[in-house]
Amino acid sequence: MQFSVLVDIRLRDGISDPAGATIERALPVLGYEGIGGVTVGKTIRFTIEAADVGAAREAAAELTESFLTNPVIEDAELTVEALVAEASPEPGT
Amino acid sequence: MSTVVGVVVFPGTNCEMDAVEAVNGLGGTGRLLWHGDDDLSGVDAVIVPGGFAHGDYLRPGAIARFSPAMAAVARFAVDGGPVLGICNGFQVLTEAGLLPGALQKNRGLKFLCRPTTVRVETTESSLTGSAVAGAELSIPINHFEGNYTCDMSTLQQLRDEDRIVLRYVGNPNGSIDDIAGICNEARNVVGLMPHPERACSELLGSTDGEVLIRSLLAAAA
Repeated sequence: MQFSVLVDIRLRDGISDPAGATIERALPVLGYEGIGGVTVGKTIRFTIEAADVGAAREAAAELTESFLTNPVIEDAELTVEALVAEASPEPGT
Repeated sequence: MSTVVGVVVFPGTNCEMDAVEAVNGLGGTGRLLWHGDDDLSGVDAVIVPGGFAHGDYLRPGAIARFSPAMAAVARFAVDGGPVLGICNGFQVLTEAGLLPGALQKNRGLKFLCRPTTVRVETTESSLTGSAVAGAELSIPINHFEGNYTCDMSTLQQLRDEDRIVLRYVGNPNGSIDDIAGICNEARNVVGLMPHPERACSELLGSTDGEVLIRSLLAAAA
């Protein structure tokens, strides 16, 4: 089965985020008030072939930890979904 | 036979000839090593130079660490060979796990390109064996992601084991504990953000980098 994976990568708390700080600083100048906590991260999307959603998530998590992020400075959140909405029922349930 | 220093070239590396020039000027022989080759035979020391390996895509050094040359560099390092990572090369060595921590974006919002003063904190490393502890050297920096960071236990370990090789005098980028360069446990692998190879000629404004490159050559001999 094919699954789509979205990796939402954020800088960890305390890690310098000059892009986020610059955007936040510009907002009042542009007339936007009351907005704070701006952070800039990155998203990576890909598809993965796996037996089920658990296996897809596990493989994506391993890839994320070993290559897509540097755990010293980044955190990531994964969203894994079956690529075809009407996927066949999970075997063994 | 002069000491052969292999200088690893990735797509996007741009300081390789500065490194070769500095090595040659001090009596060594700089030899370019393409990142796709994993043959380090005949090489006495390795420099991973500055630049933007693989365009710095994903993160600086993230893709470079998978190059065949890096597997060879890792073996060379385990065998005790001197390895020096300069700027982007330092980032590559941290991503490859040869040095701890990571380089985050500079405090403030600026790419920094200017001379800095660094203090030699230990002479027990392949980069500082010929230097004098406490000496202050004028060496330029040229980076956006040079703000060294690590968790507190790693920092404590670096301090306890005397592995902070160079500290900034007047921290330019927010690096934790003013760290400009560190070494591994065996002290043969060193990474630093400043560019000693660009401080080896009066024409460039400083020759303070010579003692560091000379130390590398001595460690390789």
